[in-house]
Amino acid sequence: MAIEKFTKITSSAVPLPIENVDTDQIIPARFLKATTREGFGENLFRDWRYDSNNKPVEDFVLNDPRYSGKILVAGKNFGSGSSREHAAWAVHDYGFKVVVSSFFADIFRGNSLNNGLLPVLVTEEFLEEIFAEIEKDPKAEFEVDLKSQTFKIVSTGSTASFEINSYKKECLLNGFDDIDYLLNIKDKITAFEASRA
Amino acid sequence: MGKTLFDKIWDSHVVATIEEGPSVLYIDRHLIHEVTSPQAFAGIEKRGVEVFRPQNTVATPDHNVPTIDQHLSIKDELSRFQVNKLTENCERHGVTLFGLNHPYQGIVHVIGPQLGLTRPGMTIVCGDSHTSTHGAFGSVAFGIGTSEVEMVLATQCIMQPKPKKMRISVEGELPKGISAKDVVLYIISKVTASGGTGYFVEFAGSAIRSLSMEGRMTVCNMSIEMGARGGLIAPDQTTFDYVKGREYAPKGAEWEKELAKWKELYSDEDAVFDKEIVFDAADIEPMITYGTNPGMGTKVKGRIPTLDEVPEKERNSFTKSMKYMGFNPGDELIGKPVDYVFVGSCTNGRIEDLREVAKFVKGRKKADNITAWIVPGSKQVEQQAIEEGIVDILEEAGFKLRQPGCSACLAMNDDKIPSGKYAVSTSNRNFEGRQGPGSRTLLASPVTAAAVAVTGTIVDPREISELELV
Ligand code: SF4
Repeated sequence: MAIEKFTKITSSAVPLPIENVDTDQIIPARFLKATTREGFGENLFRDWRYDSNNKPVEDFVLNDPRYSGKILVAGKNFGSGSSREHAAWAVHDYGFKVVVSSFFADIFRGNSLNNGLLPVLVTEEFLEEIFAEIEKDPKAEFEVDLKSQTFKIVSTGSTASFEINSYKKECLLNGFDDIDYLLNIKDKITAFEASRA
Repeated sequence: MGKTLFDKIWDSHVVATIEEGPSVLYIDRHLIHEVTSPQAFAGIEKRGVEVFRPQNTVATPDHNVPTIDQHLSIKDELSRFQVNKLTENCERHGVTLFGLNHPYQGIVHVIGPQLGLTRPGMTIVCGDSHTSTHGAFGSVAFGIGTSEVEMVLATQCIMQPKPKKMRISVEGELPKGISAKDVVLYIISKVTASGGTGYFVEFAGSAIRSLSMEGRMTVCNMSIEMGARGGLIAPDQTTFDYVKGREYAPKGAEWEKELAKWKELYSDEDAVFDKEIVFDAADIEPMITYGTNPGMGTKVKGRIPTLDEVPEKERNSFTKSMKYMGFNPGDELIGKPVDYVFVGSCTNGRIEDLREVAKFVKGRKKADNITAWIVPGSKQVEQQAIEEGIVDILEEAGFKLRQPGCSACLAMNDDKIPSGKYAVSTSNRNFEGRQGPGSRTLLASPVTAAAVAVTGTIVDPREISELELV
């Protein structure tokens, strides 16, 4: 299945200045019982978002009306822990297209790329700059351009470039996924098997 | 230049490399369970492709299964649906399934090694981060996401950038009473929960080599908890002896042929690692965690750091973590009351772990304030525990053995630690809510957990018993 194409977005952002946000926070295990990929956004950050009586926790960022947008800005080491792709599905399903942090856990990063969610890695200093900008103006806009691999704070013009390997970049720009690629080289895979026998 | 063990295995499994992109890596063994596979099966069906090599995939339900009355139909509707879905998918696609009540069912990372499905030199993946466990056999094993599960089903390959290599050596003799769990909690407390990100870690050194296969599995299991892609240990006689004769292990001439290959699996002397760390075994004591990631660990006899001792940037997270745990910076850990003890999981739910617990609680009684859940990692472990009389010893001391599954390790079934309660757990993650919403987890070894179960408070097992410790 092709993934959604990604080129460029301009949007406000939601700040989550917490470090080591693990996948059990992103989507707690008890919500992993579904057998489809849809609907996980509803339970994104469930235990931070709702109290034990299922009432929204007012000061949690997703419940704070000041914040909105397609960009999630998170503290260092985002997505550590379990390999559950449900975490990337939940972030994406909620409506985010980009996650920015100064450090991503490996598996989460890979899972995001496989689902059209762009992980943008910036320096700790630049991350601080983004947080400061949102604090100053919760509606501040940011521009993420995959082609030029840049993240821009619109009001100040301050820009950071980010890395992404060129294969993954092509996939995202064109909406291709890895499985299509692998299915196309099946002959090569069969030949590899034969060479080992 | 020489090659590392990791390079030898990885390089021999590369089918193709995309310029400035990932490698196409061939997968020898694919393990699946009920939680991360349904969307992958649905994916290949939607594309109209078959499972490419069904004989290389093995399935078992573990995350979602009840640990009592397994012979009855699963009560929770969603769990039952998910487990049934696994059965249907395996039947439809010709994948071997060890279903609930099958004598080989169990936690996916416990059954792989036990059945000889896990072998040196293999590439092994599973839609579960603790796939790193299998690295104990000198294999390249790591967790993948569901899109990748779909790739393996469809093509027996995944696409992965090659990670960097780190070697962590623990040299010297481990002090008496120190288990593999203490070793790995110690390592993670030093390296931090994210210090291994981007790396594949080889564990080496005389203290690591002295561990049994089960101990090595405990160490590799938790390599993911420092952010590493996986961990591995060079196979040696201990490994070969463990694999030999197991159900799916090669036999006869095939065994000899494989064995010769396995003996080549080590890092060459002049191999270069991107990072090397060396620890002294003598520094390791019984360990326990006090916070909400596995890197927040200390000696059982130690104390929680004070705010001043925490790097400034981490203070917010630290304070948040302390609030969640109901602890104060600077607190001593010894003597803190505990409500639950959980012995189980793919980290410490194997027979040696149960033996250690039994040895410790024999002739003692469980403390009244403790609810203890002892959950074997597999049906085979359960059977062994019955045959060896471990179950009787446990019952005598006031414990009961439950039935195999992931259980309170991630609390997807009914085994949830209630909000605000403290659990000393032999599992691998102390994240907020991991063992149930609001639960407070302290990770420790099976012996420490047993000692806590007996005293009802956090205790250094060496204080209670010199004799029984190995
Ligand atoms: S026991 Fe825990 S860590 Fe291991 S596979 Fe099950 S849920 Fe994952």
